[in-house]
Amino acid sequence: MYAQGHIENAITFHWREDLQDGLIRDLVSKEKFEALLSKNGIANDTTVVLYGGNNNWFATYAFWYFKVYGHADVRLLDGGRKRWELDARPFVAEVPTRTATRYVAKERDNSIRAFRDEVIAAIGTKNIVDVRSPAEFSGELAAPAHLPQEGGQIKGHIPTAKNIPWSKAANEDGTFKSDVELKDIYQGAGVDLAKDTIAYCRIGERSAFSWFVLHELLGVNNVKNYDGSWTEYGSLVGVPVAVGALA
Amino acid sequence: MRTCGATPGGPSLDGIDLATQTVIQGVVLKDGVYDSVPNGVAVTNGHVRLLDSTGEFTAEVPTNLEGQFRFFAAPGTWTLVVQAPGARVEQSVVAAQGTPTDLVIHI
Repeated sequence: MYAQGHIENAITFHWREDLQDGLIRDLVSKEKFEALLSKNGIANDTTVVLYGGNNNWFATYAFWYFKVYGHADVRLLDGGRKRWELDARPFVAEVPTRTATRYVAKERDNSIRAFRDEVIAAIGTKNIVDVRSPAEFSGELAAPAHLPQEGGQIKGHIPTAKNIPWSKAANEDGTFKSDVELKDIYQGAGVDLAKDTIAYCRIGERSAFSWFVLHELLGVNNVKNYDGSWTEYGSLVGVPVAVGALA
Repeated sequence: MRTCGATPGGPSLDGIDLATQTVIQGVVLKDGVYDSVPNGVAVTNGHVRLLDSTGEFTAEVPTNLEGQFRFFAAPGTWTLVVQAPGARVEQSVVAAQGTPTDLVIHI
């Protein structure tokens, strides 16, 4: 999409090519993250504004990622590419040239990242929020409906998870709903925001969107994004799985 | 219906196993007159969202450079919402496995 046009002076990161290790399933190493930001002319004191397609799914994933590596000033363009486009604002083709920096990342902040054992231990004790569509939650679909329904994983959801699709938090134009509406959505679905919360989806980007809503917009501190998400959990041997809509 | 030459509807279905997939796809056109022949201009900055039978968001894709979009859904009734600068159109569709639903949507 970047090549088709982008906001003037924007650079692009590809969530898979730039932000996944590629050899093992993980974020890139601290050194690779430093190299990526240095190469793109981002310094430790640079204000980074993120936007993307897909209602900012990947931009919120990148936001969470920048936070994991401790970037000081990272922000999100509300509504992302879609709102910009619906407003008929301009896109350009020129790729800016930027002077390389020497970026120094912090050690990963795992207080905002959940891993599988923690998720299994959270069943029945912490808030687990499944932000996928109801059809994925119930086990009817294996992936969002714009992707081929393939993959060998089990279908369903993590037991005791509440299904609060990421989309509940967004207006049709991709912007976030008001804080009052956002709070009602989570509390109305039975999420006790005083308790620890783990959000997951299929590959961890839609749950980054919901993590952003809870952690950044509503200021809830004890929220983690499980980026392993259903592609990991739904492939684990012997873990409990639930199907069907929430009772 | 699919004909030779210009494609009335979504992208080519080559390589897609239609026996196992439930495809909803189409093309979004502007300023055309609906007469089963696409004669409008492709809307390349549109966004198409797919809502399930209860109105729940299921997926959203941008239209491509030909104004086309595609969803892999499940059999049943769905609603498409097309958004583009200055336009919003809703259309109900019934999808079935094995037979792609291929639409021409004018905004």
